[in-house]
This record gives sequence, C-alpha cells and structure tokens, in this order.
Amino acid sequence: MTGPALEVIGLRKAFGGLAVTQDVSLVVQLGERRLIIGPNGAGKTTLFNQISGDLRPNSGQIKLFGADITRLPPYKRAQRGLSRTYQIITLFAGDTLEHNVSLGLLGLRPSRWQTCWPMSHYPDIAAEARRALDAVGLLQLADHPISDIAYGERRRVELAVALAQRPRILLLDEPLAGLSNVERSTVKTLIASIPRETTVVMIEHDMDTALDLADTVTLLNYGRVIVDGARDVVVADERTREVYLGT
Amino acid sequence: MNWIAAALIGGSLLLPPFLAGDFYINLASQILIAAIFALSLNLLVGFGGMTSLGHASYLGVAAYISALVTSRYGFGHGTAAIISISGTVAMAAFFGVIALRATGLGFLMITLALSQVLWGLAYRMSNVTNGDNGITGLTRPAPFGISLDNPVSFYWFALIVATIAFLAITVFVSSAFGSSLKGVRDQPRRMAALGFNPRLIRWITFVYAGFWGGVSGLLYVYYHKYIHPTSLSITSSAEALLGVIAGGAGTLGGPAVGAALVLLLKNYASAYLERWNMLLGLVFLFIVLVMPAGIVPGFSRLTAALRGKSP
Repeated sequence: MTGPALEVIGLRKAFGGLAVTQDVSLVVQLGERRLIIGPNGAGKTTLFNQISGDLRPNSGQIKLFGADITRLPPYKRAQRGLSRTYQIITLFAGDTLEHNVSLGLLGLRPSRWQTCWPMSHYPDIAAEARRALDAVGLLQLADHPISDIAYGERRRVELAVALAQRPRILLLDEPLAGLSNVERSTVKTLIASIPRETTVVMIEHDMDTALDLADTVTLLNYGRVIVDGARDVVVADERTREVYLGT
Repeated sequence: MNWIAAALIGGSLLLPPFLAGDFYINLASQILIAAIFALSLNLLVGFGGMTSLGHASYLGVAAYISALVTSRYGFGHGTAAIISISGTVAMAAFFGVIALRATGLGFLMITLALSQVLWGLAYRMSNVTNGDNGITGLTRPAPFGISLDNPVSFYWFALIVATIAFLAITVFVSSAFGSSLKGVRDQPRRMAALGFNPRLIRWITFVYAGFWGGVSGLLYVYYHKYIHPTSLSITSSAEALLGVIAGGAGTLGGPAVGAALVLLLKNYASAYLERWNMLLGLVFLFIVLVMPAGIVPGFSRLTAALRGKSP
C-alpha cells in the first residue's frame, strides 16, 4: 500500500470562543516517525483527541490510509488500525498487567461479544498479552495488579497495550512524561524498536530524547502549524527556536 | 473457602420447605423474586455503572402484560409468559436507546422519567389496567401439571428460576463480554480507543437486565395473583436500588442479600412501625457508614482481616 497513513486537512476545534486547533493540516507518510512539538496549550493533545475520535472537530477532515474517518467513532478508528496512548495513564488499576493487555487484544476480536466463556477461555490472548509484556520487559509482573507497579512501569504497560494491538498507526501522547533517566532510556529503546510497518506520531516535550526518534517534526503554537518538515530543517528553523526551544 | 460458603448458602435455600411454616415459606419466595429483580438491576448499577431509578418498569410491565393476556384474552400461562417477556425485552430495547443517550445523572433521570410515564399510564389507562383497583383474580401456572398454588411448590419453582437467573448472570458478567462491560464502566474512553463500542455494550446489558427484570415480574404476578400500579412506582425501583447498594453493587451475592434485607425489614418492621421506611433509612445509613462497599464485600473484608490477610 502506498500513500499517506494519515492526512489532517484544515482541522479546527474550538471550545466556546477559544479555538484550540485552527486550520491544522499535516500529512504523515506510511512508516514515518512524526514528532509533534509545541508549548503547553498549543493544541497537541486536542489534535490527537480529534485524530483518535475522542473529540469531533468543528470543521476539517481526517483521512486514515486514504479513507475519511472524520465522523467515525473511536472504536471504528481502532478497528482500522489506529492505537493510542494517553498523556494521563488510563489503565485499569485493579486488574493485572496481563488483563490490561488482554483487553486491548480482545477489543479487536469478534470474541469480545461472546457472553458464555471468560477471557481465560482464550489462551492465545493470554499468550499474546504475555509476549507484549515481555517485549516491554514486564513479563515478571504480568500477574500483579496495575496498582502495585511504579509509574514508569505503567507507562510501559500503556505502550504494551497499544503495541499488542499491532497498530498500523500509533499515537503516543507524551510517552516519556514523568519518567526517570533510566526509564526514559528504556522507553526510547522500545519506541525505536517499533517496526516500520507501524507509523508513529508522537507528542513529546523531552526534545533531547524525542528528536532522535523522529524523521519529521511539526511545531504547533496557539493551535496552528508553525513549521512542518524534516527534523533537522524544523529544528534549525528560526521560528522553532523562537516559539519552543527558546534560544 | 468460597465454595464452602456457596454450598452452605445453597444448602440453606433447600431448607425452608422442610423446616418453616407457610408464612415463612411465602416470605422466602418473595425474597427469591426480589433477589432476581435486584440481580437484574445489579447488571446495570454494579457491573455497568448505569444507576437506574426506573427498573421497576420491567417488573411491572411484564406482570401487567401477563395479567392482561391471561385474564382478558384467555391465553395460557406459557404463551402469556412468552408474550410478556418478549414485550418487556422490546420495551427495554427501546428505552435503552433513549436512556443511553446520557450517562450518570442524566441516565438516572431518563430512566426515572420513563418509569414514571408507565406508572402514570397504569393509573390513568383504567380501561386497560383497571387503574387504582389493579387487576385481580389472576391464577398461577401449573408447569408440567404441577400446581403452584401451595406455598411449597411455588417456593421450589421460584428457587429453580432464581438459581437459573443467578447462574446465567454469573456466566454473563464473567464472560469476555462481561470483561468489556466492566471496562466500559471504569474507563469508557479507554475502551473505545481499544476497539470496544461502549454504547452497544451498555445497550445489550440494558436489554439483558430488562429480560431478567421481566422474569422477576412474571414471578411477582404469579405470587401475588394481583397487579397494581405501585409495582411500577419509584418506590419499587428505589427499594431494589437500595438492596443492590446495601448488599454490594458489582458483586454476585450482594444484591440478593440486600434484597432479602429490604424485604425482611419491610415485612417485619412494618408490623410494628408505621414509618418502617425510617428504619430502613437508618439501617441503610449504618451499612453505608460501616461497610461502604456493601454487606457482602464488608463481610469478605472482615473475615479476611480476621484470618490475617487482605481480601
């Protein structure tokens, strides 16, 4: 398949009189690693929420692998291969790590509708969930509840849930936020190891780490795209320095 | 340990016909009916996070349909039960579409409003429902030629239906769909992002709860051989909700325990106290303060603490 993985065309979202994204357009190619940067309140998460379907834009269009998904609910976007993580971790605290990842796997299978057998009836789901946890280095904690594990480990579980779904496009909302240096390094390695079949769009403030992972960068400010292009070009751009890097 | 407790409870349910007089056997039958009703409401409140104040609609409508179809149109109980349950499920499907447009307080208010409409209709459409006089002169069915007119046979019948309801609901909430339901209750946004359709999951549960609400309605009308608009009232819905919360919402045994508590208070306290509702309120307050999660989870914690481990 050729063509862009994601196209955002003239996206606008306002809350009352406050326009949070204004005429945002961007194209992300298949397999690309796109970093979205901008100061707090620039509209980055609001843009993600519109792409994932949590928010409906006031105007504009979103295309996923060439198909218009602007009016599709989030679950249909997920079934088309879009996965995401959240800035604020939204795991099921009382459930085990394995159960959290298994839910991600169940969400894309017809067996989610069956009302006779428990999830333990599907050993393939459990095995796949454990593989995903192994990939993020948390297999030994698979049977522990989320509430028992540290913040950095929860971030990795978020990633495991998203990756277990084998997404065609993955939206990562500040995956390094609140992590220690060691954890950052672990998560960075994990993100770097995501196969190129998966397109990755990432919001991140930790530029030192995130720039290494990006092919292209989009700078947002006050809900508008200020600079958009290859990583080195955007970083070198005067406007990026002015708005974001502060140098 | 849980199996031992389940066996003890199951065993004790077999005792009333051998040990108790008719009054207590009838009381036990009523508890079983209330337990099925509370279990069906618990699907919404405890497992789906959908607090409803209109669940009596399903009990009342199933009872009214059965009463009308048998007494006015002369259908047999088997046909009447099918018509009654089908009608109730269809109504739940329709009400679900309306009520699930909202969540939280909005959902609660819509369910309340819909049930109040039915309650008002039951009073006002006296040419159909006989209004405040209710429908009298009803009969009990005789499955396989066994008359349910005596307390013991009715108790066995109610116990069989309650056991089926308990098992069916247990299987439902323990299934993969049940996991989705609990996920949607706790984190609907996350579940939608994972590929689940929260509204459809809630709607299916709403209809299923309506089905079991209808089953309890059939037993209700068989037991009382009479139906009155109060069966559709907010009091009826609120008592069941109180039972679910007091017993332990989101647990399997809790609603049955809560329903038994409400019914026992209603039957005993009302004999001595005119304002027995006040006592019910105080008991409820006590439970909420001492065991905020409900009686069953409260006792589980207590026994776990006594055994020296966390539950």
